[in-house]
Amino acid sequence: MADRELTFEIFRYNPAKPEIKPQMQTYKLKETTGMTIFVALNMIREEQDPSLMFDFVCRAAICGSCAMIINGRPKLACKTLTRSLPKKIKLFPLPVFKLIGDLSVDTGTWFRNLSLKTESWVHTSKTFDPTKQEERMDNKTALEIYEAERCIECGCCIAGCATANIRDEFLGAAGINRVARFMVDPRDERTPEQYFEVVGCEEGAFGCMGLMACDDNCPMELPLQMQLAFVRRKMASIGLGVKQESKVKMGVG
Amino acid sequence: MSIYQTHITDVLIVGAGLAGERIAVESASQGHDVTLLSLVPPRRSHSTAAQGGMQASLGNCAMGEGDNSDVHFADTVKGSDWGCDQEVARMFVETAPLAVREMAIWGVPWNRVVAGQRKLPDGRVIEEKKEKEGLITARDFGGTAKWRTCYTADGTGHTLQYTMDSMVVKMGITVHDRTEAISLIHDGERCVGVVARCLRTGDLRVYIAKTTVICTGGYGRLYSASTNAVINEGNGMFVALNTGIVPLGNMEAVQFHPTGMVPVWILITEGARGDGGYLLDKNLYRFMPDYEPKKKELASRDVVSRRMTQHMRAGHGVDSPYGPHLWLDIRHLGAQHINTNLREIANIARNFAGVDPVKDLIPVRPTQHYSMGGVRTNKDGAAYGLKNLFAAGEAACWDLHGFNRLGGNSLAETITAGQIIGKKVAEFTKDATLSYSYKLVDDAVKEQENRIKALVHGWNGKESVYEVRNEMEKNLMDYVGIFRNGKDLQTAVNNLQEVYHRSLKIGLKSNGEGPNPELAQALRMTGMVRLALCIAYGALMRTESRGSHAREDYPKRDDTNWLKRTLAYWPEGADLPELKYEPVKITELPPGDRGYGESSAQSKGGK
Ligand SMILES: Cc1cc2nc3c(=O)[nH]c(=O)nc-3n(C[C@H](O)[C@H](O)[C@H](O)COP(=O)(O)OP(=O)(O)OC[C@H]3O[C@@H](n4cnc5c(N)ncnc54)[C@H](O)[C@@H]3O)c2cc1C
Ligand code: SF4
Ligand code: SF4
Ligand code: FES
Repeated sequence: MADRELTFEIFRYNPAKPEIKPQMQTYKLKETTGMTIFVALNMIREEQDPSLMFDFVCRAAICGSCAMIINGRPKLACKTLTRSLPKKIKLFPLPVFKLIGDLSVDTGTWFRNLSLKTESWVHTSKTFDPTKQEERMDNKTALEIYEAERCIECGCCIAGCATANIRDEFLGAAGINRVARFMVDPRDERTPEQYFEVVGCEEGAFGCMGLMACDDNCPMELPLQMQLAFVRRKMASIGLGVKQESKVKMGVG
Repeated sequence: MSIYQTHITDVLIVGAGLAGERIAVESASQGHDVTLLSLVPPRRSHSTAAQGGMQASLGNCAMGEGDNSDVHFADTVKGSDWGCDQEVARMFVETAPLAVREMAIWGVPWNRVVAGQRKLPDGRVIEEKKEKEGLITARDFGGTAKWRTCYTADGTGHTLQYTMDSMVVKMGITVHDRTEAISLIHDGERCVGVVARCLRTGDLRVYIAKTTVICTGGYGRLYSASTNAVINEGNGMFVALNTGIVPLGNMEAVQFHPTGMVPVWILITEGARGDGGYLLDKNLYRFMPDYEPKKKELASRDVVSRRMTQHMRAGHGVDSPYGPHLWLDIRHLGAQHINTNLREIANIARNFAGVDPVKDLIPVRPTQHYSMGGVRTNKDGAAYGLKNLFAAGEAACWDLHGFNRLGGNSLAETITAGQIIGKKVAEFTKDATLSYSYKLVDDAVKEQENRIKALVHGWNGKESVYEVRNEMEKNLMDYVGIFRNGKDLQTAVNNLQEVYHRSLKIGLKSNGEGPNPELAQALRMTGMVRLALCIAYGALMRTESRGSHAREDYPKRDDTNWLKRTLAYWPEGADLPELKYEPVKITELPPGDRGYGESSAQSKGGK
């Protein structure tokens, strides 16, 4: 691997300049030890093409900013070593999301919309009383909530999903996982029927075709397959009018 | 006249990390119209990256028993090396437990006390009490007398930021992400808002507000090696400094962490050394015992960092395209131990540096980690120098941390300050009126338009923004690092002055159209170099060692002359900041021995 010369083919398009058609541009770079796509793209921008647009924030697989299509697969660029790829590296922006330019897409608007649609906050009638001790919670439950909350909104599951690519309003695996996050949270007072309103439709759990591209692509290795099945099962049973005894029983997996 | 979109709001918050969002929630819940600006979607803010935890003296877990706000106060003041504002520290420690509990109601899945016995890695056995089961627990962090750091697994920052943002979404607070404030609009007395650049289109916009709050986070990225997110460039600080009348406090106080991984500078926690990892040089020689025979690799954070730098300066570093570094060796711990107890470290090494620590060495170097300095405010969070301007979080020098921050006190600061300062902002805004002159705003926008034109056309010169940036980073890293001396600092100041003049002559290579990233960087560059000079010059003038500021030529803390805070101003036309000083007020705890150097503080845990 030492001394490889890498060839990057990068998608270029600036929506502010629609007269210039989308095109692929080639850059060459000498590979260094431990080089990631993050390191490479920054080198290209600093040394070869300062106009190249792409997003990184944490560069540590924590913030979800840098997902792109790398040799055909949606991945976090900061966590992808060039060493794991052939000499030729093709980079495209994520589909589904609105293109800002080159490799940069607007995941922020999409995910805020998702939060609004799924009402991604704890629905509770309790208010904070500063004089009181916190309410108790079982540590196991706390960890379970955290497991479902680990999604970093990178969009890899959405980009790789056939349904999301054809249906604008589809919540995708990230959205369905989000709903599961609140379903397992005993602090959330929503009833199963209220959840049904959110995900019991073609835009939600029933739009999913179960091909599991999402599960394969999730860089956080969230058990999306399990979450989808769990939510779908719940929705189906509510849809069929089966009364839920108590939402506390809705543990994931 | 210029054509631009104008947004008018009661409270304008620049920065949507934890501090900014908490203030937004407070202001909105008191009926104000609030607008948040952020470079990135709020959930991508740097706060999300914090893993370790947030300090609050709940005293629920066994090792936290007997903890209270007084103990937290003493730890914080000692940690600050008596550089902090004790009135602020007092408010902070009283509010932190409420902040943690409130976040629990809002949705943070804090880890909880599990009753029963547990064996610690060092062999001690502790027993968690049955009656505490289910309450919020805490973990051990450096520099604290009790276990006080509340956490959610390894994702504390993530869960806090997602929960906070869920409140922002729920309340329907306006967020303009991918929007960068590039200057403050003010008349020399009052701040009336900002000029911003849309990072989607490149257009300029105007935001007018009764109250403006700077919550833009730290300036880690001024250094070439930093554990910070790449957007932490000190924006809010230099935007304030550029007014010429708002001072920055204690910019020379910069915290370093010994083991950032090369070349991506992701933090490798002290756990690796705690479990028996060694540091090696280019000859695979274990050098720490030569410098610190007793504590070796486990000396305190700042001591290890200093020794590593010293050793590299003596020519023992490993050369790499990313500069010299050292090795962290954990191979002898064995695959079993590495893949279980140190799994996170092993994954980071594999994913980001492509090394397998079971058989390979991990490249590491001391790395910038936290900025204690920032926009100087009073205890209400109001900035010095301009009315209607506030600041909070890492961007501010409120001054809770003085010359050294304790792990876990920063997340706690963001939310606690958000609560306390948020209330003050809301109160202030109730009585404030929106009044500004059209000309003032128009002039402010024109000034930015002209800067952009000059950069795009290269009217002032053809300096490369990335070269200027690299020079700045290198000078800070090489001469204003972990340990400092008069000679190096003078070199840094001289070099940075030259870099400063180059920064005024930047010309773009690309055309600057649309959301052009080179232009975004160029617009920040002069401000960033000004911050670098505030750091270097402040450090040169401070002839003592205090907290993270360690002068080889003045190794002792000097309370007689230096129990004071640096205020850095940037007068118009200057190429060096003007430094003034104000005394540090001591209200409760008189200066004493910090008890550092041995094991007591800073040497364990935390991030
Ligand atoms: C690796 C790492 C681990 C850490 N772990 C811990 C820990 O365990 N415990 C702890 O207490 N602390 C920890 N810290 C420190 C802590 O995370 C930060 O100090 C804290 O999160 C800062 O929060 P903030 O709200 O002030 O700023 P940030 O979270 O940095 O937010 C800044 C916001 O400002 C916006 N912004 C910046 N400039 C502009 C501009 N010009 N215009 C518009 N918007 C702008 C950004 O988009 C962002 O939204 C850690 C730090 C690092 C680097
Ligand atoms: S399983 Fe469902 S959500 Fe996942 S990729 Fe396939 S259609 Fe999309
Ligand atoms: S579920 Fe996984 S792939 Fe989808 S957005 Fe979240 S982290 Fe990314
Ligand atoms: S930059 Fe944050 S996930 Fe890649």
